[in-house]
Amino acid sequence: MSELKSDRNEQTPQIPEEELTAQTVEEVQADPTEEDLSPEDFEIIGKNLEKMESISRPSLTFWQEAWRRIRGNRAAFISLILLIIYGLLAIFAPMLSQYGFDQQDAYSMRAGFSLEHWLGCDALGRDLWVRVWMGARVSLTIGLLAAIINSLIGTVLGGFCGYYGGKLDMIVMRIIDVIYGIPSLIVCILVMVVLGSGVESLIIAMVIVGWTGTCRFTRGEVYRLKEQEFVLAAQVMGEPVATIIIRELIPNIMGLLITNLTMAIPGAIFQEAFLSYIGLGISPPDASWGVLAKEGTKMLQVAPHILYVPAFFICTTVLALNQLGNGLRDAFDPRLRGTE
Amino acid sequence: MTKYILKRVGISLITIFVLVTAVFFLARLMPGGPFNDPKLSEAARENLSAYYGFDKPVLEQYITYLGNLLSGNLGFSTKYPSQTVNQLLASSFPYSADLGIRALCLAISFGLVFGIMSALNRGNGIDLFFVIVAVIGTSVPDFIMGALLQYFFAIEWGLLPIAEYKGFAYTILPSIGLGFYTMASVSRIMRASMLEVVQQDYIKTARSKGISRFRVTWKHQIRNAIMPVVTILGPTVAAVLTGTFVIESLFVIPGMGKYYVESVQNNDYSLILGMTVFYGAFLVFCNMVVDILYGIIDPRVRVAGK
Repeated sequence: MSELKSDRNEQTPQIPEEELTAQTVEEVQADPTEEDLSPEDFEIIGKNLEKMESISRPSLTFWQEAWRRIRGNRAAFISLILLIIYGLLAIFAPMLSQYGFDQQDAYSMRAGFSLEHWLGCDALGRDLWVRVWMGARVSLTIGLLAAIINSLIGTVLGGFCGYYGGKLDMIVMRIIDVIYGIPSLIVCILVMVVLGSGVESLIIAMVIVGWTGTCRFTRGEVYRLKEQEFVLAAQVMGEPVATIIIRELIPNIMGLLITNLTMAIPGAIFQEAFLSYIGLGISPPDASWGVLAKEGTKMLQVAPHILYVPAFFICTTVLALNQLGNGLRDAFDPRLRGTE
Repeated sequence: MTKYILKRVGISLITIFVLVTAVFFLARLMPGGPFNDPKLSEAARENLSAYYGFDKPVLEQYITYLGNLLSGNLGFSTKYPSQTVNQLLASSFPYSADLGIRALCLAISFGLVFGIMSALNRGNGIDLFFVIVAVIGTSVPDFIMGALLQYFFAIEWGLLPIAEYKGFAYTILPSIGLGFYTMASVSRIMRASMLEVVQQDYIKTARSKGISRFRVTWKHQIRNAIMPVVTILGPTVAAVLTGTFVIESLFVIPGMGKYYVESVQNNDYSLILGMTVFYGAFLVFCNMVVDILYGIIDPRVRVAGK
């Protein structure tokens, strides 16, 4: 502040006449009239009690304010629109195309972009446009569901651990340490033995090992918040513990949780890609973005577009989720609420 | 401090014991056995099982395994006969660790510098450039990154050898492939953390005391901002040093990474458990080092006081 003021004082006299802004012109012109004013020129009008208490602008709820701020953040808003478009294309594109996702065309193997095959064909002559959106169904479903279920379990359990602390906390944290050490491949294989291979098994396997991150994170945040006055107030009013955790504590870390969620979706997409890469996830002719990218890496020297197309969609989706996550973090940050 | 470390070590040992127990029985639940080869005759399979002791009751096997584990013996591999798990780990860990250390040095040094530069130049071209690098790093899966690195640097431009591990030039591509993701996340976390710290009151206090801008950035801002980076380093170091399947198989490096997948696919019980114990102990150790580092970097965290 002090820097700003001193700068202004030094610079004002040096500003040449033509560069004066409208405001400074007014100030200069208003100066002489200041001396003519006397106390009689002013009148005491008293307080307007009704107007003092009135709220001049409509109050915004938490979600309205967040939505307003997301719209204001260009990168986050574009990301949101892009993700919605991807979602819609994943649902409708395979239905509307003339090709099936496993339909082979021997005459257009490894074909490049064309009007017939918009994104070209893969090594077996299957249309990549359809395969990419079939893959999007699998990858986006796994990403969304695994991340959401993980977050729900982790949040509730982490909330209780952080609130109670002590023995419960100690035991759950050690269980998390153990789960972290168990090879995730064993979990995947065992789930597939019980449920058969498929998208559901992948999601369940990811949930079994994946809730630990959110749980640890929520526990830490609740641990930090639970000493604050609003929790004490709720305790004094006799709210049950579950209500305190769900109604008081979790809304306070909602922004961080949602940010965490958007960052967890890419993690799940990557994990599915890895499992497909080693042959445990989705198996061809079914497609996921991981399967498509794996097929593409084999053809890199002959027809690089077979890798570039799925890689492009993986990267843009992850990029959009990251940008959306950043935007959401700003939108939900209570310290920024009411500013701008 | 000594008491705290002793307590941590005690809890860690219990954790590893539970982990070994869980993995021991989970591995036995998996379909098939270690001798799945259809060419084996029934008699040969029985003989092999008897030789490795798999014909005994599971509980007895478990107790034998625990006894061996206490004396540091991880048992025999069934996939690589004539080699003990100890030998397999001892011959492969140096490669993984070597690659991992190179990747980490690359990731941490560049990640920190990128993050700091990005935060100090917030909003201009330099910031945008580093943010884009970080975004690319966190949004490309490692097998795509590895394949692209090989394709461009080794095949298209012929600058670096494509695979194997026998000299400095051979280490460059796999180190980048392995470290790029970590570098990108370190840089992102560092940037966010720097921007958070710069708004704190103690930075204003330091500036208003007349401390130079460079000194405030170096002694106050960076030192406080580095904490979240230290936190993620525990699990990251453990994961990177004990090898990764994708990068090691792409670049044909004889490290530990392939055993994570191979041992599970082959039902090689001793090797699965050996990998689990090794990784688990390493992870626990790294997390403990991180917690102790916390106290050294941040005087507000008094480890001994807990």
